[in-house]
Amino acid sequence: MTTTAQPQRGVQALNEALHAIFAARDDVVLLGEDVLDPYGGAFKVTAGLSDAYPDRVLTTPISEASLFGVAAGMALRGQRPIVEIMFGDFVALGLDQVVNGISKFREMYDDQVTVPLVVRTPMGARRGYGPTHSQSLEKLLLGVPNICVVACSECHDVGALLTAAVDDERPVFFVENKLLYGRPLRRPEDGHVGELAVRESGAPYPALSFSGTGFAEDTATIVTYGGMLPLVLDAATELILEHEIFCEVIALSQLVPMELEAVLESVARTGALVTAEEGTLTGGLGAEIAARVQAAAWGELRAPVQRVAARDGIIPSARALEDEMLPSVQDVVDAVHALGGDSA
Amino acid sequence: MGDLASFYERMFFIRRFEETLLDLFSLGKLVGTTHTYIGQEANAVGLIDHLEPERDVIFSNHRCHGHYLAFTDDAFGLLCEVMGKAPGVCGGKGGSQHLCKGNFYSNGVLGSIVPVATGIALAEKRKRTGAVSTVFLGDGTLGEGVTYESLNIASLWQLPVLFVVENNHYAQSTPVELELAGSIAARGAAFGIETEELDTTDVEEIHESAGRAIARVRETGAPLFLVLNTYRFSPHSKSDDQRDPAEIEERRAVDPLLVAGARLDEHERRAIEARSEQRLAETVEAADEAPAATPGVAA
Repeated sequence: MTTTAQPQRGVQALNEALHAIFAARDDVVLLGEDVLDPYGGAFKVTAGLSDAYPDRVLTTPISEASLFGVAAGMALRGQRPIVEIMFGDFVALGLDQVVNGISKFREMYDDQVTVPLVVRTPMGARRGYGPTHSQSLEKLLLGVPNICVVACSECHDVGALLTAAVDDERPVFFVENKLLYGRPLRRPEDGHVGELAVRESGAPYPALSFSGTGFAEDTATIVTYGGMLPLVLDAATELILEHEIFCEVIALSQLVPMELEAVLESVARTGALVTAEEGTLTGGLGAEIAARVQAAAWGELRAPVQRVAARDGIIPSARALEDEMLPSVQDVVDAVHALGGDSA
Repeated sequence: MGDLASFYERMFFIRRFEETLLDLFSLGKLVGTTHTYIGQEANAVGLIDHLEPERDVIFSNHRCHGHYLAFTDDAFGLLCEVMGKAPGVCGGKGGSQHLCKGNFYSNGVLGSIVPVATGIALAEKRKRTGAVSTVFLGDGTLGEGVTYESLNIASLWQLPVLFVVENNHYAQSTPVELELAGSIAARGAAFGIETEELDTTDVEEIHESAGRAIARVRETGAPLFLVLNTYRFSPHSKSDDQRDPAEIEERRAVDPLLVAGARLDEHERRAIEARSEQRLAETVEAADEAPAATPGVAA
């Protein structure tokens, strides 16, 4: 990535990555609704792509269920399709293909095939889009074996994540939070984002760890991902400034298969864990993380894992109602207090 | 290209293979489920004779054994797969309705396979292989909405997909009159897809029409919707059959084996049947002796 005077926004980084991917590999084809120029996609992530590669960018009927299957067929026959699903909520229309096809072909055909496709889709609320255009549904994919779910945050190298997804032999569901598109990316510089020290794991879809104490005196760990990261960092800052509680924050980018090495390493230092996600609470990523961490590190935890998530209900359209439904900075602060002990 | 004798041999073998599976179930040598192709053999044999296994692609459904045998001739791999044996074509992981070998695929959710076959056609078109992507549907599949999305896409993008609807007049136990409104052929035509319909169990007639259809898809690169009206004598899966026996008996008059067999010399026909029985017996014996699929052990 080149350093520019103006910090790059999420949509620009993803768009640049798509152009670079198309230039590098001629087996990549992008399919989606309204992706052609001059419109360039509902969130403009594909801007300029169809002008540059008219034969490789296909605007499609409004047929999400089929699009997943079409991409699977292409991937079975050696192409690298990228499907753009305009709103993550519409992944529900393609779930049969995910559950009964895309995720199964490789294993049930005894490794005779691979299904290297990427589904890119925006998830997340806080734009007033209401109950069916605001959800964070990655948890629906959490229990599907043999797929990969990747979520980018504003501190990740989102272009590198997308490139890794296209190069991956597995089916990858690539979650782009809607707010990320318009926000300036905050990549670590000299190991820091602002005043926080940052570590990045070496995985293809790395976890980022943030600490205000240089990872020395933190007394709780907060694990999150995607669009929740800025909110959690705000909470961590408030905890430092107003409560003198130091937390490590971990932003995962690989949600499935779940890889918690960075979390376990942190919990071994801090002895307590909060999970924070924007999706609804029940059956969410926090539940799975809590089960795994409690099984692996029970003796190191001084309190039960606390979960922060949206209430189990719809995401209303009106701003105040939406805010009331979604997890807040205060919810994260309260969850850290609920851990008791050194961090209370 | 096959002749009548070879068609008869392939049909007879499929018939006896499927009957043998039902026998093996009764003997407790098979578990799970199977959906036999008994009565529909002329469709697979007549049509698939025109496909090139090295180039063309088939996506089949839960009732896939006939298609598989006609395309791959791999009876041992299929039988082992259904029996849960290690040399099964998918190592015993797929079983009866989830097969993959070369350019042949099948999956067990109706409708689900139709967009995948459409995507295969898109990939093959982009690669300029000249392949025809054939997908087998049934009257029951026409209840699944994703089928119509795929018809729209295949027509819109002019993809080389041959949609074959084998209308056997029953969706599991439900007669077509209770599950389907309107005309089947009109469904293809409504999307601007060239449509043909046959009402026969004569393998030579099916062979001729399917040959024209496949040549047409190959020549134009555009989809074609082929309706084959047919009938299955066997239950949907194993013993789930409440049809009127008189109805089944009436259809036996046009059993594809009878229709084709009547045109063969009696001695030739008996020789074919004896040869097939011999081959089947050897296949069953070999599969019976093959090791069971076990975790972590490759065949």
